[in-house]
Amino acid sequence: MLKTFKVGGIHPPENKLSAGAVVETLPLPEMVIIPVSQHIGAPAQIMVQKGDAVKVGTIIAKQTGFVSANIHSSVSGIVQKIEETFDTSGYRRKAIVINVDGDQWEDSIDQTTTLKTDIELSTSEIIQRISELGIVGLGGATFPTHVKLSIPSGKTAEILIINAVECEPYLTADHRLMLESPDEIMVGTTILMNALGVKKAVIGIEKNKPDAIAKLTETAKKYQGISVVPLKVKYPQGAEKQLIKAIFDREIPSGKLPIEVGAVVQNVGTAFAVYEAIQKNKPLIERIVTVTGKSVSKPSNFKVRIGTPVQKLIDHIGGLPKDTAKVVNGGPMMGKALRDLNVPVTKGTSGILILNKKLASRKEYVTCIRCGRCVTVCPMGLEPFLLMTHGELQMWGDAEKNHVMDCIECGSCSFTCPAHRPLLDYIRHGKSNVGKIMRNRK
Amino acid sequence: MSLIVLLSIITLCVIGVIAAVVLFYAAKKFKVYEDPRIDEVEALLPAANCGGCGFPGCRGFAEALVKADHISDMLCPVGGNETMKAIATVLGQDVKETVPMIAVVRCNGSTENRPKTSIFQGAKNCSIAHSLYIGETDCSYGCLGYGECVEACKFDAMYMDEKTGLPVIIEENCVACGACVKACPRSIIEMRKKGPKSRRIYVSCVSCDKGAIAKKACDVACIACGKCVKACPHDAITIENNLAYIDFNKCKLCRKCVDVCPTHAIVELNFPPKKITEDKETTSSIIENI
Repeated sequence: MLKTFKVGGIHPPENKLSAGAVVETLPLPEMVIIPVSQHIGAPAQIMVQKGDAVKVGTIIAKQTGFVSANIHSSVSGIVQKIEETFDTSGYRRKAIVINVDGDQWEDSIDQTTTLKTDIELSTSEIIQRISELGIVGLGGATFPTHVKLSIPSGKTAEILIINAVECEPYLTADHRLMLESPDEIMVGTTILMNALGVKKAVIGIEKNKPDAIAKLTETAKKYQGISVVPLKVKYPQGAEKQLIKAIFDREIPSGKLPIEVGAVVQNVGTAFAVYEAIQKNKPLIERIVTVTGKSVSKPSNFKVRIGTPVQKLIDHIGGLPKDTAKVVNGGPMMGKALRDLNVPVTKGTSGILILNKKLASRKEYVTCIRCGRCVTVCPMGLEPFLLMTHGELQMWGDAEKNHVMDCIECGSCSFTCPAHRPLLDYIRHGKSNVGKIMRNRK
Repeated sequence: MSLIVLLSIITLCVIGVIAAVVLFYAAKKFKVYEDPRIDEVEALLPAANCGGCGFPGCRGFAEALVKADHISDMLCPVGGNETMKAIATVLGQDVKETVPMIAVVRCNGSTENRPKTSIFQGAKNCSIAHSLYIGETDCSYGCLGYGECVEACKFDAMYMDEKTGLPVIIEENCVACGACVKACPRSIIEMRKKGPKSRRIYVSCVSCDKGAIAKKACDVACIACGKCVKACPHDAITIENNLAYIDFNKCKLCRKCVDVCPTHAIVELNFPPKKITEDKETTSSIIENI
């Protein structure tokens, strides 16, 4: 029997329309918008001024504090302006706008594509380099990678789990990456294992990607300590806690981090970015983005420079289909609708999903009938219907007692609810309020 | 037969006496002294239990009033000066005369002034929308229009105007309890001095965006041009974070700022219609020039 997590979970229609589309490199845009807060943590501090010339890989914003990440220019050209502009979060944030002029790279970056397997750097040098080159988790949460690799004293990592689950419907960015750069992923994984000082790494892939499982299993034979585990198709298996439960069969205590049970999880895209950073000295300046949707004539995967406006990607697939109602940044389950198509692709953009009217509309919600489906599907074992009521009535104390903070916002409850209740909206509301109360208490 | 009746009566009486003695001593031993003035004060309070005073309900406030050494800085916003005076006589203390306040909605971004540029399909709740993105319009500071303030109001002093999509305060009903101020996630509602004859002047905008962005999002946004600051003879207006603010304690209600505001972001309430028409204004300025 295939491994999976035990509590809850759903199986939404997979719709991996772009799984067969080879990753294309998107032509350089005329202008990029690079926001300074693309990661979890403090926004980076801007290092350039209007009129400055930058090259590909020039550092343009420096990390502030430990939980933060450097940001590098993804193009060469002139800084046009620094302004507050909309980004994928739906708010106006500070961003650096660069006019593209040619494609000049920093000399330190190795632009060749030859595979380099020998790891020359020591553990601390690896973490240092990852931090310098602005690598963040590419699964979507964009947690700075160097923070995850710095294990707090008193704890030891036993296992590295590479998250190649890609449980979100529609998205295929990681899938294509695995098929096209398996060796780079393996070297990246080895580097991460060295950084953590672990002997064992497991790559978890869902069974709906048999070609990727075959490819990586074959490649893994060449590398020591790395194995591939096929997993049952179930959402949200790509969530850290669920993946650890599925592969390692350990449960993380409420409010604790994976290191508590000796596991560290990194996304497969991050492993690739780490390879490029350590072996090629290349900062995180581009990523793979899936552009897909039911009405899209040619669902595709693109290698995109960070900061490219979403509009460019849509133009490249032949513009928006006529029946478009919503454009989502990310997948259909956890993604967030964009309010503007001029927002840039950031480090966390794994896909651009174009939804038609039928799929995008949210139905009027009615009273809860206590069917308990949300409780059945909740992967964290919570009671979403109850937490929503707490949110509606602003009963923050009760919400905290019922572990609202453990919610991973996967949206399984809202997806399943036959009354179309906006469960997650209210739970998130509860989380933000309870979080505030807890911070004030400290 | 009669003996049984007699016996049971006697037994009951004995039990009654014992119970009475126990209860008597228990009442003495466990007596909790409660200031009788608390009840008196509570009777004077409006029994709205709105929490506007900052205490849990009217009883809580009454207890606090009786305990307090000075009640001069405590106020029941619902009862106002009269209630506080009555309470002061009961407690034998002095109270300060407080200026009546009223809630003011500092956003004029009606559907006409501030066009919608996106549709929000999530739960229709201001806090939720606010935590997700800047809202259906381009203004990240203005009213979201889902009426969380109206829900919070316990005095039927607010309603949502369907035409403008903004909350409206019914002046007769507003008791300045401050529930709406706390409910608004964007801090648009402010407690301001009610003013003589309910006349008030305020900047009906809270946008801290730069002028160009603010104006693009909303026709009546404050663009922080500073004209009102120059026009004000009483130094009541300050500009901070691209936003003008009128200090209601300094404002003398001369209305000079209202006239000069190029975006009509400054609003006057309950004033009689202006006598000076535009023509006369020009004539007066001509006279001045001469």
